[in-house]
Amino acid sequence: MKSTWYASFRSFLRAVAGAALGLSLGLLICKLVGESPLKVLHVLYQSSFGSGYDFGMTLFYTAPLILTGLAVAIPLKGGLFNIGAEGQLTVGALAAAWAGVIGASIQSPVIAVVFATSSAFLAGGLWGLLPGFLKARQGSHEVITTIMLNFIAAGVTAYFTLYSIKDPVSAQAETIPLPEAFHLKPFAAFNGAPMGGLIFFLILLAVGIHYALWKSSWGYSLKALGENETAAETYGISRGRSWMSSMFLAGGVAGLVGLVEVLGNSHRFKIGFSADYGFVGIAVALVARGNILGVLPSAFLFGILQKGSASLDLETDKITRDLSYLIQGLIILGVSAEDLWGWIWQLVRRKK
Amino acid sequence: MIEEFFSNWILPTVRVSAPLVFAALGGMWCERSGVIQIGLEGFMLVGAFFAAVTTHYFSNPYLGLVAAALSGLALSWIYGVSVLRFRANQIVAGTAINLFALGVPPFLSKVWFDSTGNTPPIPGEAQFRFTPLVLMGVSILLSVFVFSSTRFGLRLRFAGEHPEALKSAGVSVEWKRWQGIALSGILAGIGGATLSTYLSSSFTRNMSAGRGFIALAAVILGKWKPVPTVLACLLFGFTDQVQIRLQGVVLWGESPVPVQWIQILPYLITLLVLTFAVGRSRAPRRLGVVE
Repeated sequence: MKSTWYASFRSFLRAVAGAALGLSLGLLICKLVGESPLKVLHVLYQSSFGSGYDFGMTLFYTAPLILTGLAVAIPLKGGLFNIGAEGQLTVGALAAAWAGVIGASIQSPVIAVVFATSSAFLAGGLWGLLPGFLKARQGSHEVITTIMLNFIAAGVTAYFTLYSIKDPVSAQAETIPLPEAFHLKPFAAFNGAPMGGLIFFLILLAVGIHYALWKSSWGYSLKALGENETAAETYGISRGRSWMSSMFLAGGVAGLVGLVEVLGNSHRFKIGFSADYGFVGIAVALVARGNILGVLPSAFLFGILQKGSASLDLETDKITRDLSYLIQGLIILGVSAEDLWGWIWQLVRRKK
Repeated sequence: MIEEFFSNWILPTVRVSAPLVFAALGGMWCERSGVIQIGLEGFMLVGAFFAAVTTHYFSNPYLGLVAAALSGLALSWIYGVSVLRFRANQIVAGTAINLFALGVPPFLSKVWFDSTGNTPPIPGEAQFRFTPLVLMGVSILLSVFVFSSTRFGLRLRFAGEHPEALKSAGVSVEWKRWQGIALSGILAGIGGATLSTYLSSSFTRNMSAGRGFIALAAVILGKWKPVPTVLACLLFGFTDQVQIRLQGVVLWGESPVPVQWIQILPYLITLLVLTFAVGRSRAPRRLGVVE
């Protein structure tokens, strides 16, 4: 047991060091265009932790990233790259808003939230199941199919938003607002930042999925498949069933972004609400090195980056929120470079 | 009649296919050498941006083309270092390249033009007329020739198919893969340049809009062979044409087809074709395998 602990600790250290390296490179780029890295760090810190409201907003950005990070990490256990969390969360969020339109007469908040949650999960899940099915049945590469489904999801949800459940009062491209029973209450301590007990639910969800992966035969099969496809098949593990179930779960989890955004924040579906949560989710899962519980701190790191970089527009002259894309890319490169540390170690030894 | 068909359908289809053809040929070379190339989208975006900036400053689209090729090459070098030197997972590193490239244009345009991702327009006389189409023809012919009839093409294909054979012949597999990656950076960068200096007259935020991924789909659809890959690009260009033509057209009932349905057409067709028409498409045997 000691050796696996040691291995995962080393892998954790490597991820942290890789992320730190990526972040430093990003700050170096800031330096090159004449902005002080210390100031950028200070803005990032103040903007994420400066007040109860700021911290609440950081958690509000973290929550969708936990979900999309899980949506990438789960199929990854079985060897699938789910680039489609963006589409899955869009479809799920629309379903949550639609549940509010259908269930407009529901008075009980419990029933309302359960109804919206299951709609979001089911819609996102089915959208995720499709590429899993195509992979199992036709061998279509999931990277391409999920990317195509992202574009298709954007078009389809835009259509339903504008033609089926459009808010007749609003001039914006948004759906009919949800009735009161569907609203999630934020914590008062966050001074108006739209985040409440939901964050604890998301943490529990991650823990639950972690246990399902380690303690159930479903999880065992999936991991076996991810580690060695041929061997797993020899042991009678069905590739199709594992892939489809993991993609359904992943899509469903991504769909729950609807809870954060629709039930918790805007109380309706707005076209283009997602700040690329699905794509940042890829980064979140990779920095966590595919570890389910690791998604939590990793999502928090990227939540800080997203919240903090929004303030860079205002607080600095030359840097915009788009810096976060640069830093995210560099962080993933730093974390994914398997041989980087061995190479640096060799350089150091040769110098001596 | 024939002239009309040519100017209404064939020429526009070839025009909008140009960025795809360049990127897809690049992707084909890279994947044939045994390296997965998800980063085409990023190379295109960076190429489009630097082409627009250079053409804006020098009023010379040829310099823009060179700048696009060089910037694509630079970004592909970062990718090469990650996957060849540091053995990063190729899909992961490609995703990182795409994210990074998404941030480059807005970051630099803020510093240079104080805008959030768009560049000033290119003067009309500095816009390309036909050159990209000529260049595209040359690239296709060269690709076909080099692919099938030269030692370079043969060895590069062996790097993705039987690296052991290449090794025993004393040729460096890693160097062939470097060349494949560099070709994808240069060609996809040029593809990006056609977006900003040929099909439009400035760079706009995120203007590649998924074309890098469609180009990759064309490579798969074309079974990693040059002529079928180009044909697949033309098919996607054609659906793009249909998409533009269908906007506001009444096909049935009383109101026009909703624009949202039309816009998803190219992606839907890609998905359907990939799923049902590809048949047994076989990837290079060692694609994505770290040696």
